[in-house]
Amino acid sequence: MSSCIKLGHLLWYIYNIIVTLTQTCHRSTVHGLFSTHVQSGEGARAVPLAGHVGFDSMPDQLVNKSVNHGFCFNILCVGETGLGKSTLMDTLFNTKFEGEPTQHNQPGVQLKSNTYELQESNVRLKLTVVNTVGFGDQINKEDSYKSIVEFIDTQFEAYLQEELKIKRTLHSYHDTRIHACLYFIAPTGHSLKSLDLVTMKKLDSKVNIIPIIAKSDAISKSELTKFKIKITSELVSNGVQIYQFPTDDETVAEINSTMNGHLPFAVVGSTEEVKIGNKMVKARQYPWGTVQVENENHCDFVKLREMLIRVNMEDLREQTHTRHYELYRRCKLEEMGFKDTDPDCKPFSLQETYEAKRNEFMGDLQKKEEEMRQMFVQRVKEKEAELKEAEKELHEKFDRLKKLHQDEKKKLEDKKKSLDDELNGFKQKKTAAELLQSQAQQAGGSTTLKRDKERKK
Amino acid sequence: MSEVAVPEMMMPPPAMPAAFQVEKPVPGPGMGDFSYVGIDAILEQMRRKAMKQGFELNIMVVGQSGLGKSTLMNTLFKSKVSRKSVQATSQEKIPKTIDIKSVSHDIEEKGVRMKLTVIDTPGFGDQINNENCWQPIMKFINAQYEQYLQEEININRKKRIPDSRVHCCIYFIPPTGHCLRPLDVEFMRRLSKVVNIVPVIAKADTLTLEERDFFKQKIREELRANGIDVYPQKEFDEDAEDRMINDKIREMIPFAVVGSDQEYQVNGRRLLGRKTKWGTIEVENIAHCEFAYLRDLLIRTHMENIKDITSSIHYEVYRVRRLNENNTAIPCPPCPMIPHFPLKPL
Repeated sequence: MSSCIKLGHLLWYIYNIIVTLTQTCHRSTVHGLFSTHVQSGEGARAVPLAGHVGFDSMPDQLVNKSVNHGFCFNILCVGETGLGKSTLMDTLFNTKFEGEPTQHNQPGVQLKSNTYELQESNVRLKLTVVNTVGFGDQINKEDSYKSIVEFIDTQFEAYLQEELKIKRTLHSYHDTRIHACLYFIAPTGHSLKSLDLVTMKKLDSKVNIIPIIAKSDAISKSELTKFKIKITSELVSNGVQIYQFPTDDETVAEINSTMNGHLPFAVVGSTEEVKIGNKMVKARQYPWGTVQVENENHCDFVKLREMLIRVNMEDLREQTHTRHYELYRRCKLEEMGFKDTDPDCKPFSLQETYEAKRNEFMGDLQKKEEEMRQMFVQRVKEKEAELKEAEKELHEKFDRLKKLHQDEKKKLEDKKKSLDDELNGFKQKKTAAELLQSQAQQAGGSTTLKRDKERKK
Repeated sequence: MSEVAVPEMMMPPPAMPAAFQVEKPVPGPGMGDFSYVGIDAILEQMRRKAMKQGFELNIMVVGQSGLGKSTLMNTLFKSKVSRKSVQATSQEKIPKTIDIKSVSHDIEEKGVRMKLTVIDTPGFGDQINNENCWQPIMKFINAQYEQYLQEEININRKKRIPDSRVHCCIYFIPPTGHCLRPLDVEFMRRLSKVVNIVPVIAKADTLTLEERDFFKQKIREELRANGIDVYPQKEFDEDAEDRMINDKIREMIPFAVVGSDQEYQVNGRRLLGRKTKWGTIEVENIAHCEFAYLRDLLIRTHMENIKDITSSIHYEVYRVRRLNENNTAIPCPPCPMIPHFPLKPL
């Protein structure tokens, strides 16, 4: 039912757009006192400037505007429980994000998101960190990736809805789309798990994936190189498209291409500090030595931070918007049946498609309504029949009982009659007997008197 | 902060916000001094991206012929950007109808590339009967919005939608010295609702300083009396700092400008100016005319703001109007059920 509502909702927005656009196409040109003749310049020509105009301050103006507005960045951390996702986030952003370690007995994969406002010099960043809770903990992991994909789609959907609104506020909209997905690979040293491959394959067209090897202090250097090679070859052979750092801008092309060769980054996260030399550094202390997080020989943490934050944050955001979001939007709109054909019949085909869709939809609705009505009528009939049956039965019962009752009454009356007869008979006998007795008594009385007299004599 | 777990991945009814409740952002603990995360490197990244992409600016100049529109454009951008320089034959005939001609140029300065489009409107206000002379201009501006809207709702849309929307319209007021003419008032009243208007007093070298001040005051009064909100609009001031800066500008509009694309030797330097028998008017001297202020406003400080207002306010207003045009029967869009659209034939 809710998908019905979603569909209707989206259709509503798009309807508005289409109907009004067809209006434009139908509208005849205004014939007023003047007619317009628009002639656009034939492709822009390059013109040299004779002096300092001043628009080289444009990038600065743009940057100032963005600084006033603030930035937002959303990271999704996917990985099994206990791989150090939260710790790595803490280390990356040098703060202590809240949260206790999660248990291992989650029934399904859930996504927990937290938003933080960080500020460095004059830049305000609204950072959202989304953690997968319970990933890889179930016995049957077939559906683990589903909730992640749904979450990402929900964010795209929210943005799409906002973009299609009539009165929209894209300027102040809090963008929740995931800009980067850090995929944590367990440091087995052998190869990727099948769960990893499946999940990454499902996510690669929806989000920028940066695979990293978590807790890499468990792997030795030689094993690490082999592991990395194995991982990259597996990813390539399975057609998983991970995020490649862009190499088209000369300023960063070099560093980005070197870093591309170091993927996946082997990281170690730590928020504890250890005194090394005379400095306090973030490190993990073991009996056999100390792993320094920011030491490039020990792990790739610095590379990750460099790439993720200092060099490519803007590119990640842009890729999310121009590639992944556009893909989602295209699929979603096409799914609803909209396509644009050649430029001159664009609005028309949209309207036609829309009309067709709408008619289909209304037809469906009507059919459903008919069906429901039929069903209702049927049910009513059935119920009526049932009730009639019951009524008949009741009548019968009533008749039967009545008859029974009458029989009983008759019997009783008969009995009563016989009883009365008996009583009458008895009474008669009684009176007769009494009469006889009284007569007999009289006679007997005299005889007894006589007998008495005789005795006395 | 409590962590919110997503219960189910169902889309809620449209009236409610997104299914996923994002926590209200809380200020994170302060950053340590010894470790620098590098978030502010994003500014550099943005700058790089902007330089790579380049900028677009579309300016429209409106005014009667002979007010020096093309010259001013050339002066502003220090190159031959007006349509007169592009046309093969520089015809000075006044056209019988309003022609809207737009010419595009690629200019570059210190690595920053800009595609500048100058839209000229020869024939405006030149007829005997000037009724509805703003209509073709309105139509043109709306057509640009329309084009952008069409591109935006495409399914397969381009990575960067080419922005041909008119960002700024410079309106030339003839230097009569008295007050605004009805044509000016009418035009500005109508167009200030759809585009950013920057009024300037053209050929200001015919006014003395006192006459100029008086004229400006009269104009400002008349604008206020007619409810015309020219750029920078009072209602779009974002914060107190903005308001302060913009108030200063608002006290100076309309700028009295003089344009020139010829250089003369003044005090040993070559400057743009107009040479007359009684002296040389230096275009960029703020004691002589206010061209420098106009240039600073338009290009050096407020260009981004102008583009912003166009795209997020004027364009949105147009879009809302367009999308609401046919649906007077339904009061508000998000209803859970499909409403009954009246499909009105045209």
